[in-house]
Amino acid sequence: MSPRFTPLWAGARDSLPMLVGAAPFGVIFGTLAIATGIPAWATLALSALVFAGSSQFVAVSLIGSGAALPVIWLTTFVVNLRHALYSATLLPYARHLPARWRWSLAFWLTDETFAVVEHRLRQQHDESDGAWYWLGSSLAMYGNWQLWTVIGVLLGQSVPGLADLGLDFAMVATFAAIVAPQLKKRPVLVAALLAGVVALLARDLPFKLGLMLAALAGVAGGVLAERLATSGKPEMKETT
Amino acid sequence: MNLHLLLTIAGMVVVTYGIRLSFLVFGHRLSFPAWLSRALHYVPAAVLTALIVPMALAPQGAIDLSPGNAYLPGTLAAAAVAFFSRHTLAAIVSGFVVYGLWRWLL
Repeated sequence: MSPRFTPLWAGARDSLPMLVGAAPFGVIFGTLAIATGIPAWATLALSALVFAGSSQFVAVSLIGSGAALPVIWLTTFVVNLRHALYSATLLPYARHLPARWRWSLAFWLTDETFAVVEHRLRQQHDESDGAWYWLGSSLAMYGNWQLWTVIGVLLGQSVPGLADLGLDFAMVATFAAIVAPQLKKRPVLVAALLAGVVALLARDLPFKLGLMLAALAGVAGGVLAERLATSGKPEMKETT
Repeated sequence: MNLHLLLTIAGMVVVTYGIRLSFLVFGHRLSFPAWLSRALHYVPAAVLTALIVPMALAPQGAIDLSPGNAYLPGTLAAAAVAFFSRHTLAAIVSGFVVYGLWRWLL
């Protein structure tokens, strides 16, 4: 067995919980995109080329409501900007790699692979096979996402009229299930409340501009609430 | 329609890949500001809530708090189950059950 195969396999194996977690979202994404009226080629292309789940969901909802191109691109930017943080965090482990490795691993960078790889590389200082481990997680997540997207597309095509059955509700339920646990933190709650109110008030703005406005308001509110909360603590008083 | 979709996806690829490449490929020329990483923390909750609220409270465009709006109880059920159990899939299924029952009963 090639010595490279061992870390490659370990990366894929350690990503297993993430693979299982992503599966239903891949199916829901594929089905939802088809039910929204997006052609199969475009649905598969989103998974194969963009490969960023939450922004794919948001894009489906924006395409379905006829948002303008710059709004979709800008929203994608905002939703995926956290990947820059992952890119920066993992840089110390990738600095020594050839360019073709860094260009490839960057393409496959996701929340899941970041979590798995960062955890492993932080614990183990021997970086010799870290790249293969990282690649193993990347390929497993990528193959998994494509597979479940295809299954979702096939499901969407075989059951016409899924949108009438209330599949559009699946998007709302999915987003609500993701957000709700985060609301236990006060600043996140503030961010969500502000974003929700602004989105509701600005829902009639053209090109879904209300979404950008709401996101900005929410983020600003969250940052402000966090600052107020920390300035209230006694040990932080000197810094305010 | 097809050109529009093609452009949509192409732009999303450029934006997303660009972000991922940023530090891994051009890292020596960049630095990550602390305020930005703090702000990023609130992006998912803000964006997702901004998508949820109008869909749940005004599915037809006008604010609808009547019992005829099954989106609202369904969304609340999904959110409540996720909040207390942290089980995403169970929350989605519960939301669907409430939504489906609501539509079926009313």
